[in-house]
Amino acid sequence: MSTVVIKLDDDISTDVIYPGRYMATVLPTETPQFAFADMTEFNAKLKGKQVPPDSVIVAGKNFGCGSSREQAVSTLKGYELTIVARSFARIFLQNSVNLGLRLIEVSDIEASEGDDLEIVGKELVNKTTGRRFKIVPLPQSRQAIIDAGGLVAYTRKRVAESSAV
Amino acid sequence: MPMTVVEKVLARATGRSSVKVGDVVEPRVDLAMSHENAALVINQFLEIYKGTNKPPKVWDHDKVAIIFDHRVPAESPKTATNHKKIREFVASHMIHKFHDIRGDMGGICHQVLPENGYVRPGYVVVGTDSHTTSHGALGAFSFGIGATEMASVWALGIVLNVEVPATIRVNVFGRFPEFVGPKDFILHLIGKLGAEGANFKVIEFGGEAIWNMPTSGRLTLCNMSVEAGATSGIVPGDDETIRYLRHDAGVVGDIELVLPDADARYERILNIDVSDLDPQIACPHTVDNVKPIDKINHVKVNQVVIGSCTNGRLDDLESAAKIMKGKKVAKHVRMLVFPASGKIYRQALAKGYIGDFMNAGAVVMNPGCGPCLGVHEGALGDNEVALSTTNRNFKGRMGNPTGEVYLCSPAVAAASAITGVITDPRS
Ligand code: SF4
Repeated sequence: MSTVVIKLDDDISTDVIYPGRYMATVLPTETPQFAFADMTEFNAKLKGKQVPPDSVIVAGKNFGCGSSREQAVSTLKGYELTIVARSFARIFLQNSVNLGLRLIEVSDIEASEGDDLEIVGKELVNKTTGRRFKIVPLPQSRQAIIDAGGLVAYTRKRVAESSAV
Repeated sequence: MPMTVVEKVLARATGRSSVKVGDVVEPRVDLAMSHENAALVINQFLEIYKGTNKPPKVWDHDKVAIIFDHRVPAESPKTATNHKKIREFVASHMIHKFHDIRGDMGGICHQVLPENGYVRPGYVVVGTDSHTTSHGALGAFSFGIGATEMASVWALGIVLNVEVPATIRVNVFGRFPEFVGPKDFILHLIGKLGAEGANFKVIEFGGEAIWNMPTSGRLTLCNMSVEAGATSGIVPGDDETIRYLRHDAGVVGDIELVLPDADARYERILNIDVSDLDPQIACPHTVDNVKPIDKINHVKVNQVVIGSCTNGRLDDLESAAKIMKGKKVAKHVRMLVFPASGKIYRQALAKGYIGDFMNAGAVVMNPGCGPCLGVHEGALGDNEVALSTTNRNFKGRMGNPTGEVYLCSPAVAAASAITGVITDPRS
């Protein structure tokens, strides 16, 4: 399916994904320009359209820890990236479900930049190394929001259904 | 069925007799807090209503709180315009728990909510800020959410799909030694649990050292619980909670405490004695990189920061001012002090602490988030080192990815400002 564009460590915080000084920029259409702004090379690569949609970021444990800023999700969603990590921090995971950013949790993922990954059933296959890894399913309760196409659409449905004005 | 505090709060908020870990519930919300990121919440809120033929209306304007703190006064036209849009929304939706940039009511959201009595034991509190965990200090189940989720709360008055979290019980015994306090304890605990040791879980605090701790210290503990990944920290309400709410926050009327059952089920129980605890330091660039101060080798600092929602309260300023009084900040050090609220600023002024800081050479700034997140003021220069009483030391946190941030207590920060190197206040 898709190629690993960058490999990151454990504990990548939302300060790294979307530095605090750009927090006054809020609209999902405007946030992508500041993705990983302090990692200047990677930021330039993203902005220069050198990263095709569906590319994969591979990370270690606790990806997205720290601030609840939703820009850290919309900025990645803007490039239609998929994040494969050993684990995700709670608020980041919830925000990703809400905005439709694709996360795949694989507790023992091993992949390097340039590797090709593919989902086969409940496994993630690293086609470059031939290794297979088990995908940790997202908590069941999130499925309704994912199926609705995100939280805005889901809540809109609930609002429309409610009799209260 | 025996329940933890959080289970009890969630049972009440969903009208059930009991809930258990893993249940998926939709609790009603008692308080929904945002700061400047209300600009994004408003945008998403209006999106939700598109095509519904219903007017966008917050479910209960009494339960929405908005506090300007992250960039006050505005540092850029963009922020000022966000502030302006939020003010217009607040006025048209009659949101009166609104704290604008004003000396008599302003401050950091996590101080403004408690000191105005907005949070009560047993409440479900959500906030578009990860340190919303702070309000567990008053016995509420209080956690951070994203802006779109808040928009959904504004529309529905409930949080969707909350999994009842497992609870880690932390019993704290003994008496803190001199110059050692809640900040040292929570840093020590985060070091022990690791940055994701409590991910998706709640930390419930108890034991004699917690019962003897004022609400200000409990706020510090719950504030930083998220740095171990916790959904929330919580201290079951007690006499001190009632004292704080009545005396400090001016609450009249009923206050009902929600307590854990004696046989509640915990995922894990930790017992920690603080009698021999040393001052603790979190080293760059993760909060769980914690060491006792004697393992820190002559670290020279360029900037010392005292304040924030973690340690910007009156007793924090007192412990630092006592050390600073009559001393001078080292020549090569910039010392910044930012009280957590306007109210605390005035109390500190009356007690002489502000004067002590200024005489020592510190710059006392207005209440707000200031240097904590490095967007507004107090940014670091390339490769500079900061020592700070705030709660995060991630790369780039203080505005510069080449900077380094060490975290500590107010006492350590004060002692170090004088010497210019990270210094044990006991020496
Ligand atoms: S002081 Fe720092 S941690 Fe606290 S709310 Fe402000 S930015 Fe967040």
